[in-house]
Amino acid sequence: MSHLDWTDLLFGQLRLSDFPPKGNMIATFAAMLVVVAALLTAGLITWYGKWRALWSEWLTSLDHKKIGIMYIVIAFVMLSRAVIEAALIRTQQAFAVNAAGVVGADHFGQLFTTHGSVMIFFMAMPFLSGVINYVLPLQIGARDLVFPFMNAVGLWLTAAGAALLMASLVIGEFSTGGWSGYPPFTELAYSPGEGVDYWIWAVTLSSLGSTLTGINFAVTIYKKRAPGMDLFRMPLFCWTALCTAILMIFAMPPLTVATGLLALDRYAGFHFFTNALGGDMMNYANLFWLFGHPEVYILILPAFGIWSEVISTFSGKRLYGYSSLVFATMAIAVLSFTVWLHHFFTMGQGANVNAAFGIATMTIGIPTGVKVYDWLLTMYRGRIRLAAPMLFAITFLLCFVIGGLTGIILANPSVDFAVHNSLFLVAHFHNMLIPGTLFGMIAAYMFWFPKAFGYRLDERWGVIAWGLWSAGFLLAFMPLYALGLMGAMRRTAQFFEPAYQAWLYAAWAGAGLIFCGLAALFIQLWASIRKRAMLAVPLGDPWDGHSLEWWGPAPPPEWNFPVIPKVKETEAFMRMKREGTAYEEPDSYEDIEMPRNTAIPVVIGAAGFVAAFALTWHIWWAALAGVLAMWGGVIWRSFETAPNEIIPAQEVSERWNAFLAAARKAQGIGRRDETTAANRGLAEHQT
Amino acid sequence: MSAAKLLHPGLNIGSADPEAHRQAGPVMFGFWVFLMSDLVLFALLLATYSAMTRHGTAGGPTPADITDLKSAAIETALLLTSSFTFGMASLALKYREDTGRLFAWLAVTALLGLGFLGLEAMDFAKLAGEGAVPQRSGFLSAHFTLLGMHFLHVAAGLAWMAVVAVQLAMWGLCRAVRLRIMRLALFWHMLDIVWIALFSFVFLAGAGS
Repeated sequence: MSHLDWTDLLFGQLRLSDFPPKGNMIATFAAMLVVVAALLTAGLITWYGKWRALWSEWLTSLDHKKIGIMYIVIAFVMLSRAVIEAALIRTQQAFAVNAAGVVGADHFGQLFTTHGSVMIFFMAMPFLSGVINYVLPLQIGARDLVFPFMNAVGLWLTAAGAALLMASLVIGEFSTGGWSGYPPFTELAYSPGEGVDYWIWAVTLSSLGSTLTGINFAVTIYKKRAPGMDLFRMPLFCWTALCTAILMIFAMPPLTVATGLLALDRYAGFHFFTNALGGDMMNYANLFWLFGHPEVYILILPAFGIWSEVISTFSGKRLYGYSSLVFATMAIAVLSFTVWLHHFFTMGQGANVNAAFGIATMTIGIPTGVKVYDWLLTMYRGRIRLAAPMLFAITFLLCFVIGGLTGIILANPSVDFAVHNSLFLVAHFHNMLIPGTLFGMIAAYMFWFPKAFGYRLDERWGVIAWGLWSAGFLLAFMPLYALGLMGAMRRTAQFFEPAYQAWLYAAWAGAGLIFCGLAALFIQLWASIRKRAMLAVPLGDPWDGHSLEWWGPAPPPEWNFPVIPKVKETEAFMRMKREGTAYEEPDSYEDIEMPRNTAIPVVIGAAGFVAAFALTWHIWWAALAGVLAMWGGVIWRSFETAPNEIIPAQEVSERWNAFLAAARKAQGIGRRDETTAANRGLAEHQT
Repeated sequence: MSAAKLLHPGLNIGSADPEAHRQAGPVMFGFWVFLMSDLVLFALLLATYSAMTRHGTAGGPTPADITDLKSAAIETALLLTSSFTFGMASLALKYREDTGRLFAWLAVTALLGLGFLGLEAMDFAKLAGEGAVPQRSGFLSAHFTLLGMHFLHVAAGLAWMAVVAVQLAMWGLCRAVRLRIMRLALFWHMLDIVWIALFSFVFLAGAGS
């Protein structure tokens, strides 16, 4: 007996049987894949002797550019996992019409839950946080975000959440309650295992990190703009980042409350959302979607900013209707808080309430429509270059309008009653999030990669990736509209309607194409690294860019700019190029104060992971230790007296002069040649 | 040191030094933004509480049954007084260069805060002793969670105060410490405002229901 007590005390509910091998081959294979991939990565780093460099130059860095890149690395790892899961979901349904399919119902539940949770919280959120992190300070002419330490804490909390999700693939099982985790199904009575707890703590870590990140972005935009950079001179991407940040500040707390109260129900026997003793699951639906709907705009607004930059740059034109785009973005941000109820039209409100929210939902179509017209008019009579990011933009414009129209259809409560929770809905939101958010992020990755690493990505593989993703998306999701209208419900492990079969096969093939599209992205990266000398654009302006991030060398130095530029208009860098001041020496240089590296954010993230993992498995001592260590890290930081270091003016001057010398020697190229080896990152002189 | 140099308007970060003020701006503003986010948390818990008072009592105690106005009044007095004493600490920070007075007012504030926590803990224990535990009904879950969240915030404020006191002793009134005390003051006053909402909607409304 006493032996068992000790085991409980030390390991909580964790037992050897929770470790692989798992009950079925696919789960065991997935677990082994995670373990092997982790070991392989660690082995490669050891083989090349890169641990020290990784630690001192990347993991402990407070540089917004490195933090941005690390966010995007997380996003790509998690994207790979979630795409594989998506392929498995499609495979299951394609072979489960009047048959058992390839996975059991419980396993299928875990698949759609992790797919959704990963894609939202650990793919899209890190991706957009990473892009904003990298681009925003450069675009507004700042040296860093206003709170670099907090920025790193946000990154490592997100990383801890992502690590928890990966751990769940190896140890124990994950929730089957969907990415929205509705009680009472996710209450202890119906989901007694560790799965829902994994979900709760992974999501909580991510939402805490996102709250901090949102505060950081917003304050940076309000307080750190370069002289002359009025709000209405910011590139449009900064406006979308601002609106996203504001949404994060207000919309993340509802998620924290929802998961926190659910945790109290599960851990302490409270009755917030239970079936008995006054529990009220409708309150969960309200709290969750009070987060969930603004979240949709957190995901899409940065992508709108990216599309604005990409379309304007590759059309060789100033963005059409700048201020209408700003107001449309703001309008969407405000409206996003007024429509949450449309996620549960069918859950018992009166018809009048539904009508009000239905109308509010349809109004969002207006500012979004304004944006689409603005982008089209930006392209109108432009000299459009069909580089890979621009190709993605065109797929986006075509598909996003279809998705928007189906959204307007769903906004009608009486129609929603017919197709609620069907595959029609699944098709709709994938139609918004894949061409909108994901393609936007991929376009951002291809667009800004040359700035971040000093060489372009291989164009041919970029176009192949575009073709596969676009065709794959259409083939995978258009059939889902039809299936939804035929009555196929989402999250269904098995169907008994033979008429679905052809459509499901089509969607399955689409998933295969998307998988190939993902592979193409990795091949593109590999090919580009191998050809990096040929693709090099050290002079930093490969696309004849408009805004400040293209000014200066690629990759930019830690301090971003030799001097903080004075801004006179929206297209600040274009103006510098026209006036011939972009490649000149400033009057004088000053010493620059930059944040020193610190290990504390990594420690806080690691402690967060320990706390979350221990809470999941009821290992109370480790949970307490983890939480204390997190706060200990914060207090420890407050005792650091010299968090900054000085970069001498001499060093800044030398680096800038070296860049200027290279720029003077180089030959500027016309935009038609930007995808050829002649592109060294200097635009042809304009007059 | 001349009076004019000390009696500057605006942020209380010592001598009227525009550079110091320029650097302090984002930090203070950032904390205001954080407070806004924190208030959303309380707003949602309050909304949950209010729904639970109507639909979540499950045949158990109602707000009227568990409201102890006398205890709540004393707690309110303690917390509001602590906000006043923190105000005195802020004045000492702004107008005095010696730390003794600042320490004293912070200590009084901390004692009042501890008193508040002690009384509230006794309230919780008394309710639990009567069988009104959070596991009894959705309403009681919400009651304990809402007040408990405020309780945790006050406790965190006290821990913060302890850290700042240590740093004040170590480094004196340097800019970092001044800024931390100023942000702690904001935090402390916000908890007061939240408490006024709780006093109105939990205790006064409870007694009147």
